[in-house]
Amino acid sequence: MDQRNAPIHEALKKHRSDRIVHFDVPGHKGGRGNKELTDFLGEKCLQVDVNSMKPVDNLNHPVSVIKDAQQLAAEAFGANRCFFIVNGTTAAVQAMVLSACKAGEKILMPRNVHISAINALILSGAIPVYIDPGINNRLGIALGMSIADIKKGMDEHPDARAILVNNPTYYGICSNLKEIVELAHSRGMLVLVDEAHGTHFYFGDNLPVSAMKAGADMASISMHKTGGSLTQSSLLLCGKNVNSDYVRQIIGLTQTTSASYLLLSSLDLARKNLSLNGREIFSKTVDYAEYARREINSLGGYYAFSRELVDFDCIYDFDLTKLSVNTREIGLAGVEVYDILRDDYGIQVEFGDLGNILAIVSAGDRAMEIERLVSALYEIKRLYGKESAKMFDLNYINPSVVYTPQKAFYSDKKNISLKDSKGRVSGEFVMAYPPGIPVLAPGERITGEIIDYIAYAKDKGSLLMGPQDMKLENILVVEG
Amino acid sequence: MDLWFTEYYTKNARFSIKVDKPVISLESEFQRIDVFDSYAFGRILVLDGYLMLTEKDEFIYHEMMTHIPMAVNPSIHDILVIGAGDGGVVRELTKYDSIKRIDMVEIDKLVVDVCREYLPQTACRLDDPRVHIYYEDGLKFVRGKYNEYDLIIVDSTDPFGPGEDLFTREFYGNCYKALNETGIMVNQHESPYYPNDALVMQKAHKRIKSVFPIARIYQAHIPTYPSGHWLFGFASKGFDPIANLNPNWDTLGLKTRYYNTELHKGCFALPSYVRELMENA
Repeated sequence: MDQRNAPIHEALKKHRSDRIVHFDVPGHKGGRGNKELTDFLGEKCLQVDVNSMKPVDNLNHPVSVIKDAQQLAAEAFGANRCFFIVNGTTAAVQAMVLSACKAGEKILMPRNVHISAINALILSGAIPVYIDPGINNRLGIALGMSIADIKKGMDEHPDARAILVNNPTYYGICSNLKEIVELAHSRGMLVLVDEAHGTHFYFGDNLPVSAMKAGADMASISMHKTGGSLTQSSLLLCGKNVNSDYVRQIIGLTQTTSASYLLLSSLDLARKNLSLNGREIFSKTVDYAEYARREINSLGGYYAFSRELVDFDCIYDFDLTKLSVNTREIGLAGVEVYDILRDDYGIQVEFGDLGNILAIVSAGDRAMEIERLVSALYEIKRLYGKESAKMFDLNYINPSVVYTPQKAFYSDKKNISLKDSKGRVSGEFVMAYPPGIPVLAPGERITGEIIDYIAYAKDKGSLLMGPQDMKLENILVVEG
Repeated sequence: MDLWFTEYYTKNARFSIKVDKPVISLESEFQRIDVFDSYAFGRILVLDGYLMLTEKDEFIYHEMMTHIPMAVNPSIHDILVIGAGDGGVVRELTKYDSIKRIDMVEIDKLVVDVCREYLPQTACRLDDPRVHIYYEDGLKFVRGKYNEYDLIIVDSTDPFGPGEDLFTREFYGNCYKALNETGIMVNQHESPYYPNDALVMQKAHKRIKSVFPIARIYQAHIPTYPSGHWLFGFASKGFDPIANLNPNWDTLGLKTRYYNTELHKGCFALPSYVRELMENA
């Protein structure tokens, strides 16, 4: 068996041709029970939407084809063990945190972690120690962690069990992963990498170092983002320092017992494709993104940023496949450009924030689509461009963690006016977007500085997400 | 031997031409290119299974794409032609001595090569010294041009395949910018009859209308195109296709088989259901 095989895919094909009579779930029985759905998705698709059974193995207790497929994936990614995840990368990130830290144990993480990591703290009861991710005020985005800040965090919290790194960020910014691994391992800490946006690092040339290559202990991979599998399918990779059987039990706490074979086979085939063709696929992707960047930068006004940002500190490396475009110089917010692209030009980009849009480029694109995006950006500038809008400055506020997110989340809370909340402990999560950094997580002290920051961010048009009161005039605080 | 070329207009309607013999079949970087000899329509060119032209009726399409704008503005000197690899549009344009430059942008060089060799009837004037051929994406080419042309002719394939970006708003917007202040854009506008074609026609009309102050549609009868009823778009920054018809066009003495100035005035009169489609676009 080698990378040319796809064991789950092969087993499903055989199962389909065996024409087994089904007296098991799912009740649509190969699609016959739901004609409209079958017409919509296709008979072939419905026929392999099956339940776990002997010839196709069981994700919760893999002994045959799923075990083999996971082993092939582990080899492809240079990991010791690999787990297929069907509850999204959120589940993979949570499994990492839950595997590394028990209640009351500390974990270092950058402040701009994905919400799934903070939610994992609510589940586990671990204590977060946040590290300043650094902010680029011209672009209005959060960056990576600097080694100096990490060292400081580790010195102040030598008992921390692990450090979580989000690498790359949504915008393609990477931290110095190799050095983080050395630092952490020298202090007996595990390195967990949220590599949701970095599947391609394992297969392309001239890309930032991957988590497994850098020696990290666990990594969460959104295969569906840039790896070509179906949405919601992910991988959890483990290095040799972790007890992967324990990790399997942890995954089992929350993962479905009816794993979708559409998702599993998509992981299997995506891994095969990346192993066999990944190099070529991502070289094409980089070429497209680089071409688009050159063309967009030559339009004037737009700034499609790239490796020139690298300062070997908060920006240790940049992922060339990410096409992030700063739009402030044409006088439009990123989100305005995002809306015009979709509404007037039929072009959907990944997101727009105050200062930027992010376009995901992949091997699924053709030169024509890239040309359309560039031309539409030109038109938007020609038709709607105005005087450049100044980006506002938002600085990092070091949070004061009073209770674990878990304790705060489950405490009795009351709703009070934000302006009267100084000195209280927040019971909920507040995120300012941009720059995509949490202002408050459950269990953190609300300071005067934070109240001012929220007012400033609101005034500048930042979206404040997370609280029950969507206008954030009131906030839930921990009682007592 | 009973050899037929068949094109599906919809899943449930098709059009067939009996083939005498296949002439050549090639796969380019962009599409499959076939040339057949047929009994009823002479030599025919097929791209990705869609009939592009036949020797017998191509004159209708090519005359209507060119003489309509040329008869509206006699001082057209600089022209950009997008697509048109078969050379038919260029052949018609080179009949005008007043034209100084024809830039032709075709994405697929192989189409031009095949037509030069096997379809001299349309490709015969591609070597005219006023013609400059660029083998690149039309959208990219036009993006780099500003205030440069009197006329842009968009002779695209259907909007599913390499010609897809020539039906987009960003393309029409960039054409507007590449035209000078008296500029005209003419495009092949699909057919109003079969629902999928009609939808494309509506979308294209809506987009052109949002970019150009004047956006009109005219029609012709082309036996070998789906439904036989074909539409063209006339968009401009100021010229009205009927009010500004040059009364002296006939004195040029150009020989045409389909186009004439009486037809010019009539072809903008559309069936009610087509007008309705446009209004609801």
